[in-house]
Amino acid sequence: MSDIRLENITKRFGDHAALHEVSLQVKDREFFVLLGPTGAGKTTTLRVIAGLEKQDHGHVYFDGQMIDSFQPADRDVAFVFQQYSLYPNLSVYDNLAFPLRSPLRRTPEPTIKERVTAAAEILRISHLLDRKTARLSGGEMQRVSIGRAIVRKPRAFLMDEPLSNLDAKLRESLRVELKHIQKTQGSTSIFVTHDQIEALTMADRIAVLDDGVILQMGTPFDIYDRPATMFVATLVGTPRINLLNAHRHNGHLRIEKSPLEMPVPGDQMPERVTIGVRPEDVRVDSEGSFTGSVALIEPLGVETILHIQSGDQLLLSVIPGTSPIRLNEQVRFDFARDRLHYFDTNGRRL
Amino acid sequence: MAQIELRQVEKKFGESFAVKPLDLTIQNGEFIVLLGPSGCGKTTTLRMISGLEAVTTGTILLDGRDVTWAHPSDRDIAFVFQFFALYSHMTARENIAFPLQAQRVPRAEISAKVAEVARMLRIEHILDSKPGSLSGGDQQRVALARALVRRPAAFLMDEPLGALDAEFREGMRAEIKQLHIRQEATTVYVTHDQIEAMAMGDRIVIMSKAQVQQVGTPHQVYHDPANLFVARFIGSPGMNLLNARYSDGKAILPGGSAVTVPGAYRAALDHALNDSDGAVIVGFRPEALRVNVTDGECSGVVYADDLHGGYSMLHLELADDVIIHGRMSRDTAHPIGETMVFDIDPAMMRFFHPKTELAIHINGGAA
Repeated sequence: MSDIRLENITKRFGDHAALHEVSLQVKDREFFVLLGPTGAGKTTTLRVIAGLEKQDHGHVYFDGQMIDSFQPADRDVAFVFQQYSLYPNLSVYDNLAFPLRSPLRRTPEPTIKERVTAAAEILRISHLLDRKTARLSGGEMQRVSIGRAIVRKPRAFLMDEPLSNLDAKLRESLRVELKHIQKTQGSTSIFVTHDQIEALTMADRIAVLDDGVILQMGTPFDIYDRPATMFVATLVGTPRINLLNAHRHNGHLRIEKSPLEMPVPGDQMPERVTIGVRPEDVRVDSEGSFTGSVALIEPLGVETILHIQSGDQLLLSVIPGTSPIRLNEQVRFDFARDRLHYFDTNGRRL
Repeated sequence: MAQIELRQVEKKFGESFAVKPLDLTIQNGEFIVLLGPSGCGKTTTLRMISGLEAVTTGTILLDGRDVTWAHPSDRDIAFVFQFFALYSHMTARENIAFPLQAQRVPRAEISAKVAEVARMLRIEHILDSKPGSLSGGDQQRVALARALVRRPAAFLMDEPLGALDAEFREGMRAEIKQLHIRQEATTVYVTHDQIEAMAMGDRIVIMSKAQVQQVGTPHQVYHDPANLFVARFIGSPGMNLLNARYSDGKAILPGGSAVTVPGAYRAALDHALNDSDGAVIVGFRPEALRVNVTDGECSGVVYADDLHGGYSMLHLELADDVIIHGRMSRDTAHPIGETMVFDIDPAMMRFFHPKTELAIHINGGAA
């Protein structure tokens, strides 16, 4: 396993910079997630690390060694794709053994057997070893593709949206399993996704990319609790963060299109700001300083989403469990004042 | 406005059931969701209500009128599909006006109605655009406007948000529901997304394998699922379900922990489980898991622990391959491999029969 560093990587396709001066370091045994919308440059980053794409500028280091000139085969990383790319006519065992039997590796059969058996156990597919892969479910196939990466004992795992073709329930359980396996095996992993919940739940650290640039890097807590930009704030969290435009007026911040106002926090606040409030930080509270009427109730079982209308502002509030509140009811509410986010007119965190 | 009643409606393709005999009364003004995985029969049911699909047997009543064999156009029902099905050569305005023109509504009335529905859906600014230049969300709004403008007796919607990005879906979901609240038009909505169903439905009809599994309010299907399928399908993650053994007021979980069965359930379990030799399935929602208790009855080993934003999930392994999920506040972190003691909130404990897979109710044994 190994430590991976990118230094000022720029990659152009024609006139378009797919990656612009991307620098990051993935530590040994770390689960690192690249999160961003389609076209952000996530997959390109992964392909540059694997050597499948050659950067125009910058360097890639494995364990401190520059490997820019290494061919993909010499980089010793394993790729797991969204598509399973298994051999349908081979058994699960032979699919798992395949990379080890390649002429490059020529692993002895007893070693192969040992590694295949161990990988199958980790992935809970021991009972499927004799089956042809064409007869497996989607979840089982993805386990086999991950197994095929594991048996190689590569320096690092590069995973490109491996869960996105699976149905919601399966994704949920594989997410937990993948994280458990990664932590117990200590394998350095870089995982690409556009799904914020995958990033938050699995990552040790997340890099948020947009338009070829890293907007923020940090732990899931950093990204969720201290988003560096408004874009990052809206990318993570569901339901989405409330964004309220406000301006200063007589020592108060007035939230536009509404009667809501609150004292200006600190003395560095510019004239115009956007206040970000996560829905769980909008709290229905009989002592709260704001009032509004409940325009919509979404009972999700574990929690309830209230749409609270105050003036022309609509705020989402998430409260645990079932709510006794009725449609059109007037409610008092407040923000968890210590959990508010402030952004300037360029969307940067203040 | 309409009440829709299905009486013993079934659909067969050859020998196989697409929909097994189904009885359902949809009240006037109700928002009802047909929910289930693909192939469960929900879309076929919707299509039979619309008249696009003929029933094999059974009766469909619209406000008491038998419409089983009525042509779709004679049912006064509007259909909204997943795919927008807009005319690409027409502007949004012309698309919305189209059904009224087909009904030969006077021109002045058409433009008044189009303006009204456009205001309601906040698409006034795009009325002169062609669909190709609109975002997915706006195209779906235009498609909705076209359905709404006719003021039909009922709306049938087949995964109308299915083609939209996750970020649009949440917003559109709320818009459709709000529209329903304002219009109070009877709506039958098909989806495979349980969160959408919970958020939108007054009642949810959960289907699997051509058969209705449960009809109930979001609260009912979440807290009192009729069977294991519903318990698993609703919630993310679904209900924790453990193969246990019941005797003397305790349920022995995989791994050996013994949970005290709430007193109210004991007689029902004694009665319901006499044919299963005490085997029972214990179910509880992730928020029913209580850790940091001093005298917890159960224990498990931390399998993983992850942040979901406003809360965390703790995954505990009770025995080989048996993992339960608990919803936690965010301020706790637990290392993998640590043994943890826990309790299950007795008010949230549920029981299912291992053979029939049906819920065992406090009064009256197996459902």
